[in-house]
Amino acid sequence: MASHMVPAVGEFLPRDALAWVEEIISTAWTTFKPGGRLHPQTFIESKGHLVVEAILLALISYLLFQGRQKPQRRKERPLSKEEVDELCEEWQPEPLVGKLTAAQAARPPHVITAVSGCSVEVDGKPTTSFASTDFLGFSNLEQGRQVCEEAIHKYGVGACGPRGFYGTMDVHLELEAEIARFMGAEEAILYSYDIATISSIIPAFANAKDLIVCDEAVNYSIQTGCSLSRARLLTFKHNDLADLQRVLEKVAAEDKRSRKPLNRRFIVVEGIYASLGDMAPLKELMALKEKFKYRLIVDESLSLGVLGQHGRGAADHFGIPPTAVEIVGASLGTALACIGGFCSGNREMVDHQRLSGLGYCFSASSPPYTAKVTLETFRALREEGPRLRERLAANAAAFRALAAGVPGLRVVGGEAAAASPVVHLQLDPAPETYEEGDLLLERVVAHVLKHHSILLATAKYSSVETRRPPPSIRRVRLRPVLVTALHEPRHLQAATTALTEAMAALRPR
Amino acid sequence: MGTGTLAPSLKQALFAYTSFTLLYIFGQFRDFFRKRWSKASLKGYAPIRQDYEDFYTRRMYYRIHDCFNRPITGPPSSWMDVLERTPVNRQEPLTTTGKIKRCLNLGSYNYLGFASSDPYCTPRVLDTLSQHGWSLCSNRADAGTTPVHEELERELASFLGKEAALTCGMGFATNSAFLPVLATPGTLVLSDALNHSSIVAGVRAAKGTVRVFDHNDPEHLERLLRTALVEGQPRIHRPWRKVIIVVEGIYSMEGEVVDLAGFVAVAKKYKAYIWLDEAHSIGAMGATGRGVCEHLGVSSADIDVLMGTFSKSFGACGGYVAANKDVIDYFKAQCPAHLYATAMTPPAVQMVLSALRLITGADGSDRGAHKLSQLRTNANYFRSGLLRLGFNVLGDWDSPVMPVMIFQPAKLSATSREMLRLGVAVVEVGFPATPLLTSRMRVCISASHTRQDLDYALQLFDYVAERCDIRYGGDTARALANTGPKIQAV
Repeated sequence: MASHMVPAVGEFLPRDALAWVEEIISTAWTTFKPGGRLHPQTFIESKGHLVVEAILLALISYLLFQGRQKPQRRKERPLSKEEVDELCEEWQPEPLVGKLTAAQAARPPHVITAVSGCSVEVDGKPTTSFASTDFLGFSNLEQGRQVCEEAIHKYGVGACGPRGFYGTMDVHLELEAEIARFMGAEEAILYSYDIATISSIIPAFANAKDLIVCDEAVNYSIQTGCSLSRARLLTFKHNDLADLQRVLEKVAAEDKRSRKPLNRRFIVVEGIYASLGDMAPLKELMALKEKFKYRLIVDESLSLGVLGQHGRGAADHFGIPPTAVEIVGASLGTALACIGGFCSGNREMVDHQRLSGLGYCFSASSPPYTAKVTLETFRALREEGPRLRERLAANAAAFRALAAGVPGLRVVGGEAAAASPVVHLQLDPAPETYEEGDLLLERVVAHVLKHHSILLATAKYSSVETRRPPPSIRRVRLRPVLVTALHEPRHLQAATTALTEAMAALRPR
Repeated sequence: MGTGTLAPSLKQALFAYTSFTLLYIFGQFRDFFRKRWSKASLKGYAPIRQDYEDFYTRRMYYRIHDCFNRPITGPPSSWMDVLERTPVNRQEPLTTTGKIKRCLNLGSYNYLGFASSDPYCTPRVLDTLSQHGWSLCSNRADAGTTPVHEELERELASFLGKEAALTCGMGFATNSAFLPVLATPGTLVLSDALNHSSIVAGVRAAKGTVRVFDHNDPEHLERLLRTALVEGQPRIHRPWRKVIIVVEGIYSMEGEVVDLAGFVAVAKKYKAYIWLDEAHSIGAMGATGRGVCEHLGVSSADIDVLMGTFSKSFGACGGYVAANKDVIDYFKAQCPAHLYATAMTPPAVQMVLSALRLITGADGSDRGAHKLSQLRTNANYFRSGLLRLGFNVLGDWDSPVMPVMIFQPAKLSATSREMLRLGVAVVEVGFPATPLLTSRMRVCISASHTRQDLDYALQLFDYVAERCDIRYGGDTARALANTGPKIQAV
């Protein structure tokens, strides 16, 4: 049968191939012809059940492997205008502000009517002040007054514009150059407000991809800077280098696993901590920072002019060369007795802030007379700094020793903090609640002012701080006593006597 | 927007895009070589300035960075001494050559002319300086409040028609440190799209949620607010605790006055609170200088928190908030600026106080009233002059801030340098402070400008417009030139 097909293709194929094709065709015909093995009728009669089973198997597999389908939720009808109106009508807002705590309500508004050295007039009454950050007594510089007057005559009061738009005066440039010279840095940038300094610096260099490791006791300005930058934030226990090492090692281990591109990493500490009055162990920190390749940001607000051989701050105190700390930020409102702040470091870093530092670009520059008088204070710092610093350190150590003897109060910071003029006194034993401690200290301070004419200040904290209280200690109330170089030993003695009396009167044991 | 149009025409947009594309290509080309030949950054550290973030600064800003940060010597009054600097040399810093150029000042925020010595204010400022020094070295709460501070706050509160006021040493911080105190968790903050960077910093630092509504659009605000109130807080869907609407009095980049009546209506209907930032409008708008509330006839009792700065109309530094007594007491207890930052320097406080007394006429003269009317007249005269010359000037009549549209990035530097050469100091703003295609020159008029100063400036604007071809207002602008309030002849 199939052989009649062969001559049609026979002219094109070789002999063997023809024979092979012929064999295939005849075998196929034998199988599929009626009566053959695979003829449909025969197949169905003998092996038909296989087909049915195959179909069933296919159906079952399909059903098994089909995904589960959730029942379709009927889409909700959108609210009508009247319904929305009703909901808006119903909604009641809370008052714009909350209530004050008892301690906050108990704070009297001290009005300072005159200042002369460490003596201030509070509501007309002469008192000794321990509440001013003028550590070296420069807020009274004789030449300072004269310089301010001349500057006000020459420049007016305000700068009337941001630095980018004719708010840059020659005095600002002079001051920046002087700060850079003083700090041993390549360049410095001036900010017009102390708490806007660090909180503008950090977001300029860190964004969502970067990492910041900061001490848990850092101040509000640093906390704001870290949160505005949207960087990943890790904290380590206050001044605990072992904990810092643990955090850094953890990050290094994550690095090995994840293989993400290298991001910018910072460790943020303060020279002298505003909330506790002790110093960061910068020497050991430098070693850690070099090892793990982090950049260091130090807030030297309270240590500038106060610590160090040249008065450059905590880094200078520990003998660290000026260029080793990448970013140094500080307030000019403390030992420099003026307003504003600055950041110093290498030119690339400082220059970047001129376009990315929010507090620099979008704010009017500092009044020219304040820049002029700060130049004067820097001069005084160079000339009289060493002598005044010695006195200040002696006063600080003396006060700490005396205050340790006041029953009911404990001095924060051990041997390492001896040179720090920011002395925090905690209630000891700790009070039951935060509010109770707060209120008691407010009363003690009021008592000391009224009966002993000594101005002390409680440490006040804003509710907007994101500080995480140390989990191990119950949060106790702290109070900073700011010792200056102008205080005489009799002032220190009077302060501790007053405190002793007040504690005895208000918290009898 | 007011007397001008913000959006560029097709031709202008095309030219601007071409400019930027060319700059981009050249920038990338240079970057390619820089990468091969620059010094390697520290090993193991990521570079401190990120490549892509920094591209604009390196390749566009540094080409024209002589137009910004121009140093001056002396007060920024109607004429000032600009220090000349060395020409642009790649990214090297510019240094002063020692030469001084006397320029007409159209850039500083000197609305009422308090930038220089004043016969009433300066003696009082010097008095306060001798009495309280230049810095109190303490935060306000501890030992930083003087009688001058208290007096200023009292007088400011009564000037603004509020119960109490509180001052702060920096205008920027008056938004960035005070807003987080109000915007607690569960608060919805609705902020205008073109709000200042200090407001953005304040709401970002806060724990509340922020939503942005279209610029000066109370209808869009209402829609957003209705949706928000119905849906509740994100994720938990509980009702919002409170809603705060944040708007500005005059938007300084647009010169536009806020539609305050519209916003107050929405706030009243939905029981939201309003925060009004009057940085540029206090002392500059309104018949007696009380700001946009007076200018638009809105009662200040309808605004929950009035905020403003002292660096513009009062010639000092710092800022204030004014509200009900319980709000101010709460700020005194909780605001980080009040608790941590050094108190405002006393001479500046006295400057503001004296300027305020002058403005209200409490000094016994009419200099204040004269300054206010002079400012308004100058502003309208100059705006009408610019429109007559065919410029595209944004903003509303009576506003002393006048952005003149330039659109092309290269014309920014051309006009700035040419104007400086001719002796007029102007401010140029481009990307990223403004959207890409809407570069502009911003003129700030002062009460201390005389009619001759303004005529001189208009002549020079005309000349520069010829050379740089920046008359983008055309006939529309010329038609608007006489539609403003009647200007008294001098």
